[in-house]
Amino acid sequence: MSTQTAEVVKTEKSEPLFSKKNKKLLTDPLDSNNPITVQVLGICSALAVTVQVKPAIFMALGVTFVTTFSNLFISLLRNTIPSRIRIIVQLSIVATWVIVVDQFLKAFAYDVSKQLSVFVGLIITNCIIMGRLEAFAMGNKPFPSILDGIGNGLGYGIILVVVSVVRELFGSGSILGFKLFEATGIPFQGNGLMMLPAGACIVLGIYIWIQRSINGYAEE
Amino acid sequence: MKQSNAYILAYTVAVTFFCALLLSAVTLGLKERQLENIEFERKSSILSTVMELKDDTDVKEVYAKRVRGYVVNYEGKVIEGVAPEKVDVAKEYKKSPESRYLPIYEIVSESDPNEVEYYVFPLYGYGLWDNIWGYVSLKADLNTIYGTNFAHKSETPGLGARIATEEIQKRFSGKKIFNQQGEFVSVEMQKGEGMDYSNDPHKVDGMSGATITGRGLNQMLKEYLGCYINFIKSKQNNLSFIERVALY
Repeated sequence: MSTQTAEVVKTEKSEPLFSKKNKKLLTDPLDSNNPITVQVLGICSALAVTVQVKPAIFMALGVTFVTTFSNLFISLLRNTIPSRIRIIVQLSIVATWVIVVDQFLKAFAYDVSKQLSVFVGLIITNCIIMGRLEAFAMGNKPFPSILDGIGNGLGYGIILVVVSVVRELFGSGSILGFKLFEATGIPFQGNGLMMLPAGACIVLGIYIWIQRSINGYAEE
Repeated sequence: MKQSNAYILAYTVAVTFFCALLLSAVTLGLKERQLENIEFERKSSILSTVMELKDDTDVKEVYAKRVRGYVVNYEGKVIEGVAPEKVDVAKEYKKSPESRYLPIYEIVSESDPNEVEYYVFPLYGYGLWDNIWGYVSLKADLNTIYGTNFAHKSETPGLGARIATEEIQKRFSGKKIFNQQGEFVSVEMQKGEGMDYSNDPHKVDGMSGATITGRGLNQMLKEYLGCYINFIKSKQNNLSFIERVALY
């Protein structure tokens, strides 16, 4: 029995780094298993930080960093974590990485860190991260866990960027602070709804609608 | 797998220890840069009330050359030995006005370092959701507002958050904080937007949909400038007679 499992491990190890299965870990969360639009996790911050593109990009990078490293560390420790306190162990590791991100933003991107304010800290409570730790990193090897973390972080990020592009364009008439409408000479009055979280809700709803009609996905 | 209590305890200690170690290292390593950022922001906010800051403006150099700061108390007397940049206005805000440390920044003329052109006062108050703060600069007559700079923690984007935009801030320029009898009346942002208050030196056009933030702004200006009243009065008394006549 034990030799059998050893063999399984061996064959798994000889699997190429970017096998089909591993690639799927990276690409699935971008579309068919997107954490926001399909699993409907992490909606809160997606509505809050998408008024402008720049903070949204930084938020996406921050979350990707946290999911990747939390996944990696939990995966490394997965066999040693006592099951009775596993949630609190996960939480402290997530919180540690979130604070690291927060401190780096404060040091190197001060204006963005002010705009994101409390939402960086709130990455700790982002369901995507705890969800991936429980569902994936606790039962998988470090490398697939890293891929899963990157995939889910980017899956979250892609939605943030798409929503923020729409909101900044129609809310303040600019992209990354560049006044697009003014530059092209089209008269444009910013849409106040796009500046509010409700605007994000609508954009996100439309995104989900388009995505589901393309993928043919339906709620059971 | 069921682990013993001793194992769980040891595990907890180990995780806590390593997380704490990493965090302390990161915080200590980045502290200097973070403080620099905060200091840079403070300097640019002060300067932005009296001049237009461009991307290539050397904020540190201009600040060193033209800004002189000191701290006064409620009576308007200078408190020796307290650096204005060390005063945390957010903390002072929680004290009663009479016991606050009140920083003042004098902006001196570019050519004559003895001629004070503007006085910049810090402000701190409460908007709709959370704290708002900023700086207001008065001309040498200590009556006419030259420029303002407001910031906020979490006012509504597109509504109250507009106080941080130039569009709103420049509406205060040229307004007066004393009436013709020389009484302190401050300036007040009105309810509703699009009105013309250019003939009224104490009224400012409001922000549609952000009346409460506007009220917070009014309260902040009135309360914080009110703390400086004794200082302002004593400075005004030192002005020459002609300068004083020109005031009203």
